[in-house]
Amino acid sequence: MKGNLGYYGGAILATLGSVVIGFITPLLLSLVLDSVLGEKAPEGPGFMVAWFNWMGGRENLLRNLWICALSLVTLNVLGGLFQFLNGRLSAVASENIARSLRDRLYDHLSRLEFNYHVRAETGDLIQRCTSDVETVRRFLSVQLVQIVRSAAMLVIALCILWPLSHKLTLVAMLIVPPLFLYSMLFFRAVIRRFRETDESEGAMSATLQENLTGMRVVRAFGRQRYEMEKFEERSRDFRDKMDRSLRLDAWYWSTSDFMSMLQTGLVLLVGIFFCIRGEISLGTLVVFTQYESMLLWPVRQLGRILADMGKSVVSLDRLDDILLQKPESDAPDSVEPPIDGDIVFDDVGFAYNDNSPVLRHLSFTIPRGKTVAILGATGSGKSTLVHLLQRLYDYRSGSITIGGVELKKIKKKYLREHVGIVLQEPFLYSKNIRENIRIVDPDLPEEKVFWAAKVAAIHDGILEFENGYDTIVGERGVTLSGGQKQRVAIARTLLKDNDILIFDDSLSAVDTQTDAAIRAALRKNTRNLTTIIISHRITTLSEADLILVLEEGRIVQSGTHETLKNEEGLYKRICSIQNALETELDETLA
Amino acid sequence: MQFQEEQDYTKKLDLGLWRRLLKYARPYYGLLLALAGTMVLNAVGDVLFPMLTSYAIDNFIVPQSVRGLGWFILTYLLVLAMQVTTIFAFQRFAAKVEVGVCYTIRQMAFRKLQQLSFSFYDKTSVGYLMARVTSDTQRLADTIGWTLIDLVWGVVYMILVAGAMLSYNWRLALLVLSVLPVLAVISVYFQSRILKNHREVRKTNSRITGAFNEGIMGAKTTKTLVREERNFREFQELTQTMRVSSIRAATFSSVYMPIVTSLGSLVTGLALWRGGYDTLNGVITLGTLVIFINYTVSFIEPVRSIANIFSEMQSAQAAAERVISLVETEPDIVDGPEITSVYGDQFDPKRENWPAIKGDVEFQNVSFQYKGGEKVLENFSLHVEAGQNIALVGETGSGKSTIVNLVCRFYEPTEGRVLIDGVDYRERSQLWLQSHLGYVLQSPHLFSGTVRENIRYGRLDATDEEVEAAARMVRADHFISKLEKGYDTNVGEGGNRLSTGEKQLISFARAILADPAIFVLDEATSSIDTETEQAIQFAISRLLKNRTSFVVAHRLSTIKNADRILVISQGRVIEDGTHKQLLEKKGHYYTLYTNQFKEEGALSAVGKALEV
Repeated sequence: MKGNLGYYGGAILATLGSVVIGFITPLLLSLVLDSVLGEKAPEGPGFMVAWFNWMGGRENLLRNLWICALSLVTLNVLGGLFQFLNGRLSAVASENIARSLRDRLYDHLSRLEFNYHVRAETGDLIQRCTSDVETVRRFLSVQLVQIVRSAAMLVIALCILWPLSHKLTLVAMLIVPPLFLYSMLFFRAVIRRFRETDESEGAMSATLQENLTGMRVVRAFGRQRYEMEKFEERSRDFRDKMDRSLRLDAWYWSTSDFMSMLQTGLVLLVGIFFCIRGEISLGTLVVFTQYESMLLWPVRQLGRILADMGKSVVSLDRLDDILLQKPESDAPDSVEPPIDGDIVFDDVGFAYNDNSPVLRHLSFTIPRGKTVAILGATGSGKSTLVHLLQRLYDYRSGSITIGGVELKKIKKKYLREHVGIVLQEPFLYSKNIRENIRIVDPDLPEEKVFWAAKVAAIHDGILEFENGYDTIVGERGVTLSGGQKQRVAIARTLLKDNDILIFDDSLSAVDTQTDAAIRAALRKNTRNLTTIIISHRITTLSEADLILVLEEGRIVQSGTHETLKNEEGLYKRICSIQNALETELDETLA
Repeated sequence: MQFQEEQDYTKKLDLGLWRRLLKYARPYYGLLLALAGTMVLNAVGDVLFPMLTSYAIDNFIVPQSVRGLGWFILTYLLVLAMQVTTIFAFQRFAAKVEVGVCYTIRQMAFRKLQQLSFSFYDKTSVGYLMARVTSDTQRLADTIGWTLIDLVWGVVYMILVAGAMLSYNWRLALLVLSVLPVLAVISVYFQSRILKNHREVRKTNSRITGAFNEGIMGAKTTKTLVREERNFREFQELTQTMRVSSIRAATFSSVYMPIVTSLGSLVTGLALWRGGYDTLNGVITLGTLVIFINYTVSFIEPVRSIANIFSEMQSAQAAAERVISLVETEPDIVDGPEITSVYGDQFDPKRENWPAIKGDVEFQNVSFQYKGGEKVLENFSLHVEAGQNIALVGETGSGKSTIVNLVCRFYEPTEGRVLIDGVDYRERSQLWLQSHLGYVLQSPHLFSGTVRENIRYGRLDATDEEVEAAARMVRADHFISKLEKGYDTNVGEGGNRLSTGEKQLISFARAILADPAIFVLDEATSSIDTETEQAIQFAISRLLKNRTSFVVAHRLSTIKNADRILVISQGRVIEDGTHKQLLEKKGHYYTLYTNQFKEEGALSAVGKALEV
């Protein structure tokens, strides 16, 4: 809002200007009718009379009627200018605010903690960032100025009408309070009705969507008729609800028009009597009949806006919910040390919430440049463990040091730049593949992109796409298979400046041979890189310098392939499956 | 009419399309006629009001008399009553047309969607279809319902006002009317520009929505890549574009009304100037002058609304084209009239004429290619006896899924025939075959509703006991009983409240309830979580018993027990035999099997570690 107050002030002034001019126009007309074409002494607000006299009074104006006409046109052009200024200024103000609101939301969301995004309901968040912002924007761009305009119209109309004729003003105001109340109550009811209609439409769309996504099931069970009936029911419900809210609309507009026209007629009738009795002039009556609509219009409008305002307040609250979340931060004494030493875990513990620890008493050392493999069941804490290394979560007890520096003391941004992690279900951006691979630095040369793609064994696959590296992927592009996504994610992570590289089960969707090829290429192309791999594949695990077996957040076994294959436990069981295969083959073939 | 000629010249409006569209609104012709009639009355009323005022001035105020005031009041009330009634009536009529047309077109579109073949769905996204059936249809119905109002009212009002003015004083009237063409041209220009601007804003807006979507869905990845700032900069570019184009659009809109009102006031000024002298010279009365001035002001609205129709129709036209093309799309696979007359169609099957099905499937020299694609199958022959279990193994793109799709008649062979029980399936209705089909996808699709409703989808007239028995058969009852409300638990949209494994079990139960003669188990995409694997294995073996079945590259234990394993490569069967036979061969199957065995074995070992 700040910084745009000037625009708003301007917009409001312009509105007031156009309102004032909107009122002067009929006054001018009545003056011309009464005192130029007619013979009455000029009456009305002082400035009008002053203009009349300044222009040389009746004689001069009568001789030069064009002056009157030109004044009328000038007034309207001026009014139009004000109207334009109002539109333009309030657009600038509201769009500025909407933009900064959007920017703030986006920026803030990206700064929130990892955990927030793990738990977030994405659909709801997107809804807030889009339609709630739109509600607020609409309020700011149209309704805010509209309120001022309506209020000003009412006040000015009263100010002008009251001196012309007290009695007729009272008559003209008769309908205002009930009309205001009526429109306010009405729009409140309408909003409720519309919500019902929206819900019904949502149900219909959901049925349609389910039908379309489940088309194979529908066909396979021959349920076309059933689906047709289901959809018909929803569609009919929506039709009826829609019809009902439209009927409400029809009632409103016809009854409020009725009230307005009755009021106009009343003013005309009473005005005629007053005219005949000589209490008011013909010009005054014309002014009244013209102003009547200016009185009634803002009243109806105001009811609508006030009823609508509730929605904006709710939207603002929903946006505040997001903006009040605490973003990530670094401790004030954070450092940026080289990430090139051994990684030492000492009695590390972690829990998402207080009662159920996910990691317990972890102590081990990963020497610089070595490869560590982690094996464990779903829920054993493998992913959490590697997430700690990028400070996506902070450990609760014990200590982790890299090259002797406590991890919590290292700046998050700096740490993340030097620790690469490939998530199991990576997200690709709606860009082409080339841009996705060099996502961390769009200025990287193409050769680097190709190099990374080759190491990740995806280069040839990409070239097979019709548009090669220009193929758009992500939400609005080609859908890649799980394995392809993982490999693109590996390629883009390779282009980071990594000292530590982590694979969070990120080769699960590629086949065993490709997995081996990628790891071989990695070894060849990277030196002195500390690597941590989560995997179930014995071939992958067996090549590691250190294998950790995790169970319910504890390390239950650690060692190399040689030591673990003879030790009772998970690792040995997996090894023995290979032998089982051989036995089984023998049995089958025997 | 002159407007239509103009449209033909600009070639922007496709009248043929609108005529075709009106065909679909046929049930509403009566309503539309009533609507037009109401609007004529309403316009008449709108013209009458200023006349009444002027009458009052000339007959009561100027001569200072109240003679005939009673009649005047009565007339006023009558006109008022007519206005209120017509306002209510036209809103009701338009609403009826809108919701009615919308409903009708929607029903037609949905019906069509139930008939269209999979070749259509292959190239059309769900989102696209959703937009056609929801927003485009709505938009179209809106236009049909409400633009007629504006059009009739605008035209009648203008004609009446022009007529009235001409009859009062033709010279003054011509002077006033001369501005009309200018007003019309400006209005048409501005309205279509405004619409174009708004469309641009909407487009940018949907990009912003996309960016938010990406920012939120990809937040975790963004964090690990430390790309927050760069993303934010890209986002800011987008919001800047939005800001600029919104302001431009708003500015443009705010130029229009002032220009039009200024032009209008020019006319008013002219009327005042010329008419003023006429009044002085006694050519017209003061009341007439007042009425002229009133009319000049009220000319703006009809011109604006008619100009608005042009732009509305232009934009609605795009929606109309898309909806109509959907409704008029012909499905690739159609049952001919001679077949539907015997067996019925998708919506009204004649089950009494349906022959029983055994489940013998034969491919005779079948060739197949997807539209515009390469040949997937060429001269493919295969005979599967009723009750045989077939496992199809092969790489992605080898043609396994195509074979299955052809069995289900989701596609038809481009050459050759597929025989079911010795008869070409094209001689029976689609529904006949598909009603006897059990089809389970590896990524199961459930509908929102309760567990019970989902299982019952397999056979709509099944009793609760039968539903529960089906669930027990596949051992789904165990987890179902643990759900909050058991069988009456709502599974959420697409079954999202259940795990993949649970969804799978329900889809198995659903298939069992249908008791199909031919069973298809399609496409293993990723591994199922290990806990439910056992249960699923059991369920599958139950399903396949005594039925012809096709299993596409699935878990080894299922493949192993198949009566025949077919290894498919490039549309041909390269190995065919039992598990044992194929292992002995030490060919493709052997390699595939040993590799996959290790993988699955490790996974299940890890899974078991959980139980230790």
